[in-house]
Amino acid sequence: MVAAMSENWIEVGKMNDIPQLGSRVVRTSQGDIAIFRTAKDEVFALRDKCPHKGGPLSQGIVHGKRVACPLHDWKIHLDSGEAVAPDEGCAASYPVKLDGDRILLSLMPKEGCPNQ
Amino acid sequence: MKEKLVVIGNGMAGIRTVEELLKVAPETYEITVFGSEPYGNYNRIMLSPVLAGDKTIDDIMLNDEQWYVDNGISLYKGKEVTEIDRVGRKVITADGTSEYYDRLLIATGSTPFIIPVPGHDLDGVVSFRDIYDVDQMLDAAKQHKHAVVIGGGLLGLEAANGLIQQGMSVTVVHIMDTLMERQLDAPAAEMLKKSLEERGMNFLMGAETEAIIGKDRVEKLRFKDGTEIYTDLVVMAVGIRPNFALAEKAGIHCEHGIVVSDTMQTFDPRIYAVGECVQHRGVAYGLVAPLFEMAKVCANHLAQHGIGRYVGTVTSTKLKVTGIDLFSAGDFTGDENTEELVFQDAARGVYRKLVVQDNRIKGAVMYGDTIDGSWYFDLMRDETDITDFRENLLFGQAHLGDSGHGEDNRVVTMAESAEICGCNGVCKGDIVKAITDKKLFTLDDVRAHTKASSSCGSCTGLVEALLAHTVGGDYSTAPHQKPLCGCTEHTHDEVRAAIKDQGLKSIRAVIDTLGWDTPDGCSKCRPALNYYLVCEWPAEGIDDYQSRFINERVHANIQKDGTYSVIPRMWGGGTTPKELRAIADVAEKYKVKTVHVTGGQRIALYGLRKEELPAIWHELNQAGLVSGHAYGKALRTVKTCVGKEWCRFGTQDSTHLGIELEKMTWGSWTPHKFKMAASGCPRNCAEATIKDFGVVCVDSGYELHVGGNGGIKVRATDFLCAVKTEEEVLEYTAAFMQLYREEAHYLERTAPWIERVGLTYVKEKIVEDEANRKVLAERFLYSQKYMQTDPWQERAEGTDKHEFEPLKVVAG
Repeated sequence: MVAAMSENWIEVGKMNDIPQLGSRVVRTSQGDIAIFRTAKDEVFALRDKCPHKGGPLSQGIVHGKRVACPLHDWKIHLDSGEAVAPDEGCAASYPVKLDGDRILLSLMPKEGCPNQ
Repeated sequence: MKEKLVVIGNGMAGIRTVEELLKVAPETYEITVFGSEPYGNYNRIMLSPVLAGDKTIDDIMLNDEQWYVDNGISLYKGKEVTEIDRVGRKVITADGTSEYYDRLLIATGSTPFIIPVPGHDLDGVVSFRDIYDVDQMLDAAKQHKHAVVIGGGLLGLEAANGLIQQGMSVTVVHIMDTLMERQLDAPAAEMLKKSLEERGMNFLMGAETEAIIGKDRVEKLRFKDGTEIYTDLVVMAVGIRPNFALAEKAGIHCEHGIVVSDTMQTFDPRIYAVGECVQHRGVAYGLVAPLFEMAKVCANHLAQHGIGRYVGTVTSTKLKVTGIDLFSAGDFTGDENTEELVFQDAARGVYRKLVVQDNRIKGAVMYGDTIDGSWYFDLMRDETDITDFRENLLFGQAHLGDSGHGEDNRVVTMAESAEICGCNGVCKGDIVKAITDKKLFTLDDVRAHTKASSSCGSCTGLVEALLAHTVGGDYSTAPHQKPLCGCTEHTHDEVRAAIKDQGLKSIRAVIDTLGWDTPDGCSKCRPALNYYLVCEWPAEGIDDYQSRFINERVHANIQKDGTYSVIPRMWGGGTTPKELRAIADVAEKYKVKTVHVTGGQRIALYGLRKEELPAIWHELNQAGLVSGHAYGKALRTVKTCVGKEWCRFGTQDSTHLGIELEKMTWGSWTPHKFKMAASGCPRNCAEATIKDFGVVCVDSGYELHVGGNGGIKVRATDFLCAVKTEEEVLEYTAAFMQLYREEAHYLERTAPWIERVGLTYVKEKIVEDEANRKVLAERFLYSQKYMQTDPWQERAEGTDKHEFEPLKVVAG
């Protein structure tokens, strides 16, 4: 994909810096990016802004591959950033990968979702 | 290779089962559906509004043909299955089409009963069951003038109403002396008849048809007494019969329906059956609510999840005639062992009758204003003891306790723009549109799509009424046994019992042992499970912060902009210059945007960033200020007045008492927030009678009040008892809180909890049983030993650092 060309991986922390079923933010000039860790130690990154009213998704309860926004309990898919139906909207998703226990993040959001 | 599932019957029960199945196991089967009608699946109970011209066929389509295509389902329309070959495992249609099955689902519904009088097969004699029948009636209405409907039950009256709307002159012929005798008692039936007569409906009561007479087409009807009536159309609406001939022919055990077990299996375990064609525990149903419950259970077993049993449905009925509100449920006639509570206001056209036995509702009939129907229905199904509110029962839920939302209760007459859900700003029009456009059937569906009733819940009754009115009347309001959340079939009580009896000590253990459908729960069940575990095993240190809502996880309240508020505890509402100075210093240093005095006699600071919280807490700690738990499902405040120390009316030292209460109870987690107050005299300046636990001091001692609420729905407390000493007040408080902590459902305030279990029960456990009271109080104090650590101090000292610091700050 196009994004892959310009991916510039940044180490943002270690797996154990984030609790299982938890999240922490990476502060960037384009706003906060929430890094999520699931029960199965998968890692996802989303813009820390719920498509509904801008709630900080990093503060939500993580379950399965979803997070529940703390403000009005919208559920967001961690992999795509899409709201779980019937709600509609999405939070931009960022490429993130593991190198051993190092978490690597790209600040170039994936395509398909407005970054706001 | 996928297994093959064949469904005989393309109606509501069969397709609902398929929908439920696709939800839980979309990949399990290759599905084939046979339907004898030439349509997709439509909402049969909405045929009445179609006949009346209020809706079109398109409006009532539930699954159009594209839906079958989209879900990879083969649909054979207009093909009637005539044989099931159980040995060869295939079904065969009239034209010889055959289809092999691994599992078979029979949902053949029911057929209208045709009275076998001479002339029943003449042209112009129809039943009222499907789109074909409705088309025939609509055609007749265009060409003819007079119609007779045989049958004064639900279906007959709806048919008659529809034909009047189509311009026909209609006479309803009924064999009994009162209408809808299976749902209504005589007074309600009489009110209904009067109201229908005002709309131009004619009635012949106690009339038995002897023959239908005519050459090619019906011309007249003759009754047993020899009288005759001229007519151009006869609609037979005298009942339905389960359609089980096909199953019976295949040797499947049938009685007056296809006999199924609690897993919806017939006597041939490969063959399932749902809907009106079945007989379950001796009962055949003709309403839609049971069929949906059956569909859910059946789908679960078809998906091989193997949990869930259908245990029967208590049904209720509403009439779908615009402008007539009528509700009926259970045994509304009663016998020598029952009592009747009756409310009748003929001028307003309102009638309510409740049949009560041993202080439990057995049945209800309502005419005119039916908004409380779902409440009575819940009380009936839950077998709630009504002793404590019996005197107000007939006036409805709004009159329980005190005032609440003063809304106009008649949703039917409300304007489209009327706001139903005040929390989320959802109007009647929005809800009706969502129900119609998105084909919603349940309260949960409406909540998901519109958000109405999903926040404080006080409009739930209205939303249910709208749902019932929009999609048809006989929807069950909610399942009898409410599961804790969508992840499980288990109820709150079952989960708590399992935690206790099986010694489960982690969320993982609960989820694994009780077989959750989801890998690690959801945002609804995890906080509940965490609370139940912490409550049951206080000493074990098993609190899972990742399962707590953010406010409890970081011990501060998240605000709409993602900042937090900080509210230190002020014991019994008292403070000191030193504390105020510390608060003022923090407010200035951290540029607090808003300093606000709360309703619980404390000071709140708003607009703080999460990273700042530990430092702020540290500074507040220095002045002796600790967390006020204003963010938690926990003991909040103990509001007091100054009592006899200053007040000339004061009878006891209410301030001191309040402080003692707060010192004993702070730090405890509860199912929902818990507020207390202590007033120094019956003037009650601390408003103790709208708190979860309130003390009103009197000259002779202390009056204890429980279950009040000043929020969503104002509810004054119930009087628990009077005691003489402060020590007793403390003991009763601890015991009451512990009973509430151990037995209420998560997120259930004391007010609805007490309405659910009854004040009598609470008194039995706490007032009348001294030994039990002491044991409860001891358990509370034992738990408190592990809970009374200031969470702010811990975090100021470094606990959960990861919650308050960003993972990384990057320049890019």
